[in-house]
Amino acid sequence: MAETITLEIARYSPEQDTAPHFQSFEVPVNKEWVVLDALNHIKDKQDGTLTYRWSCRMGICGSCGMMVNGEPKLTCATFLTDYARQGKKIRVEPLRYFPVVRDLVTELTDFLAKLKKAKLWLIHPNQPPLSDGEFLQTPTQVDRYKQYAMCINCTLCYAACPVVGLDPIFVGPAALALAQRYNMDSRDQGSGDRLAVLAHPDGVWGCTFVGECTRVCPKHVDPAGAIQQYKLTAVLEWLKSFVTPRGAGKHDG
Amino acid sequence: MTAEAKPTAARYTEFHPRWYRPNVSVYWWMGQRQYLKFILRELSSVFVAIFVVETLFMLSALKGGPQAYADFQNTMASSLMIALNVICFLFVLFHTITWFNLAPSAMPVRLGGKRVSAFLVAAPSYVAWIVISAGVYWLVTSWSLT
Repeated sequence: MAETITLEIARYSPEQDTAPHFQSFEVPVNKEWVVLDALNHIKDKQDGTLTYRWSCRMGICGSCGMMVNGEPKLTCATFLTDYARQGKKIRVEPLRYFPVVRDLVTELTDFLAKLKKAKLWLIHPNQPPLSDGEFLQTPTQVDRYKQYAMCINCTLCYAACPVVGLDPIFVGPAALALAQRYNMDSRDQGSGDRLAVLAHPDGVWGCTFVGECTRVCPKHVDPAGAIQQYKLTAVLEWLKSFVTPRGAGKHDG
Repeated sequence: MTAEAKPTAARYTEFHPRWYRPNVSVYWWMGQRQYLKFILRELSSVFVAIFVVETLFMLSALKGGPQAYADFQNTMASSLMIALNVICFLFVLFHTITWFNLAPSAMPVRLGGKRVSAFLVAAPSYVAWIVISAGVYWLVTSWSLT
């Protein structure tokens, strides 16, 4: 295995460039180094202007998502040795389909607006007083939504989804999976409130089931599965609207 | 005297004008194997539709009598139609297998509080496919013998 590896990193300076270009750096291949370690090495030793996001280094915060050789990856969980063994260079780019602020930093305003649009919080209009104690859940009730609750908003699924690129107003995999997380929570009564956003051409019906979001998800959330399952819910709600035209699906938790 | 805020010509823009916004190429599906597989899966619907249209033509020919059916058979025996049908058949196989394999993702079956494995959800579709195909084969061959 080579002692060093070449990283081709996308550079973009909004003050100087009209489009990103690649810059190569040689970094040592240490057995336990991930791509993020290599970026930190470059920033510390070679070029302090390199700009990227990172925080926890352990796949929790979801900040360090980038395109690594064309694949959306958490760079804190992508080992250099996997590429060095095959004699490959590593090409690092900002996550696909997002506007680029600088170098490897993407703009997330639109993504955050989508999370808000899908009302990703517990909606409980008939909330009992605090004196009544906690909302207890059985392990079975937790199991229903736990998989979707593992989402860390790393946006890898957005970078993997061609629909996000082709239709920027598509709500997108993470927001739809998280909506399902709240819909399936026994404490939530907001599924009716989320229906208008989810059962919409830009909601679940925008998804063509490419399935890449599920494949790249570092937390095994399975957004594609969540979206397909919600399509059935949306159809049932639509049928229900014929039986109960007024207020169908409103606060039905 | 306090200075009053003067209206300025500057306008708040929600998005920074200097962000680099990459365009999505028309050929986005050619760069990655998974995307190509997805496009082929979607395209396979066209070939499924061709099979359906052929079946409708066959039924129409059957209704038209022995001569019409013989004409239909002659048309279908041409090398062009055989080549088209081979391509259609391969795409229909691809269509069936890819959608059957996606079924467990769209249909989480739970038994006793636990999620049934993807294999057990997909397997009945394959079994039904084989049984129905065998039934159709038996029907066609036993009819053609009588």
